[in-house]
Amino acid sequence: MIEIIAGKYNYWIYISLMMIGFYAMIAKGNLIKKIVGLNIFQTAVFLFYISMAVREGSTAPILLSRAHGALTPETATYTNPLPHVLILTAIVVGVSVTAVALALAIKIYRAYGTLDEYRIAKLEQDAE
Amino acid sequence: MSLHFPVLVVLIPLFGALLTFFAGLFRRTWAWHITTYATLLSFVVSLDLLMSVRATGRISYWLGGWAPPWGIEYVVDYFSGYILVVISFISFMIAVFAGPYVKKQIGPERELNFFVLYLLLITGLLGMVITGDIFNVYVFLEIASLSGYALVAVGKKRGAVVASYNYLILGTVGAVFVLLGIGHLYMVTGTLNMADLRERLPDLYHSRVVLTAFVFFVIGFGLKFALFPLHTWLLSAHSLAPSAVSAILAAAVLKVNLYALMRVMFTVFTPAFVYEAVPITEIFFVITPIAILVSSVMALAQTNIKRMLAYSSIGQIGFIVLGIALANETALTGSLLHMLNHALMKGGLFLLAGVIIYQTDRYHITDWKGLGKTMPLTMLVFTIYGLSMVGVPLTAGFVSKWYLAIGALEAGRWYFIPVILVSSLLTAVYFWRIIEWGYFHEPDDPEDAKDRCHVPWAMMIPIMVMAFLLLFFGVAAFIPEGPARQAAAMLLGMQ
Repeated sequence: MIEIIAGKYNYWIYISLMMIGFYAMIAKGNLIKKIVGLNIFQTAVFLFYISMAVREGSTAPILLSRAHGALTPETATYTNPLPHVLILTAIVVGVSVTAVALALAIKIYRAYGTLDEYRIAKLEQDAE
Repeated sequence: MSLHFPVLVVLIPLFGALLTFFAGLFRRTWAWHITTYATLLSFVVSLDLLMSVRATGRISYWLGGWAPPWGIEYVVDYFSGYILVVISFISFMIAVFAGPYVKKQIGPERELNFFVLYLLLITGLLGMVITGDIFNVYVFLEIASLSGYALVAVGKKRGAVVASYNYLILGTVGAVFVLLGIGHLYMVTGTLNMADLRERLPDLYHSRVVLTAFVFFVIGFGLKFALFPLHTWLLSAHSLAPSAVSAILAAAVLKVNLYALMRVMFTVFTPAFVYEAVPITEIFFVITPIAILVSSVMALAQTNIKRMLAYSSIGQIGFIVLGIALANETALTGSLLHMLNHALMKGGLFLLAGVIIYQTDRYHITDWKGLGKTMPLTMLVFTIYGLSMVGVPLTAGFVSKWYLAIGALEAGRWYFIPVILVSSLLTAVYFWRIIEWGYFHEPDDPEDAKDRCHVPWAMMIPIMVMAFLLLFFGVAAFIPEGPARQAAAMLLGMQ
């Protein structure tokens, strides 16, 4: 049991982070806190991708010269660079999503004078 | 030149968006013109691609000359060619409509924003359809989603901003689930190319990682196309957005996300896995009848026209998903035809709602007294759309429902036929209310009748073209049926 938890600890962290973010998105009434939750939720996926790229004792995927001592191109194991590249794209997407969400939060605040979900819903009801 | 058509489909709206922005800074009307020409051009290119696919078979385009599975591959086959034509046609029609509509309903100061975002949305949608690389699907999905969120909020209504925010939160959860699904598949196969995944996955079908990935895809895309219990964001987003935006969201965005799920189900995974190894069809059989009936009843309870249309979309999506779950060629053909018909019908109906709101500023159908007299052409076209939504013979709506019903019989599940019939009946009731208020009530103020007739032709012509197509495809059903049947046969692996 301990081995399962300790051996794959970064996956456990990713799941915990994801659930923390998810909880914030569902339970928090403040629109900015929801965006914070959204960010944690996305960051968890970055961790997931990075974790799956790593191999034990591996090094950066650069062609090694003889100057690196014990490590030679034949003996070295490399980290998989592709998930890193994919996640760079996903980080850019995450930044854009955050930017749009914050812009919307500003517009909501200007229109309603509050960022509280329940108060906004009540204002909408009164308007109808 | 035609060698590069697959990539041009995506590049035309992308560079169109850039050009729209700079040209629009000098003269506002150019923004509309460039958008219209860009969407028209990508429609022509898609049509040419569909023709050449039907003549010569699958087209594979290697981006930058890198061979798949290492490079990104764009694939045009019967399925993506068909959907490309549908999406680019609808986006062209809505672009024509948007010119005068946006100027009045959204305001000249946001006209430029609208058209740039609109072209970016089309870029994302067409990219999702044509790409053969699963991570590329995610990238295009986010391009389409982000411009979609912004488009919802572009209007004047303050409620639209909150709707856009909720859409953003749930849409991002959906996109992150898709990303997780991709990650799980990559983890066990080490490839991102769909065709390559299809070859490598069958050995791993027992693996829990692959099952998890599949569930992530269904829920992720399900959130995006408003699969029944995940539909809550759709109601406010589609009903509060400006009508031209509601039209593109209902007609194209839902379809493309549904397309992406079907790609994953049939191209990345195999029909054998989807129909036998996972209980996904059992789940669909339970939720789609509920979606179809509940949404029809809820649509009946609405008086706000756009909210009514939004509820009806959920039921129509239910029809398409039902056809997928029935797992035979006839039902799947029905689904694909319904994707085309629903795009035409719901796109056109939202545009019509836009026309009426444009002229009268009345959102509630109980205020539409005597519109049959003051706006006779608009109400006539509305009646045609209503008949097609109900599924009256000689309209396109009948053809796709007929295929779905026959497909249900072929699958030995006759009990879905009453569901289709009852839902058609309820649809008839909720469209009849509009006909009744429009034709059988006298207008409040007969004096204002005259100036209502002057809807700009740029707004009416696309709606009339789509209404004509609904009647034309109702009679000449073989025209869309040919490519749809080929696509269905290809997906189920019978060809």
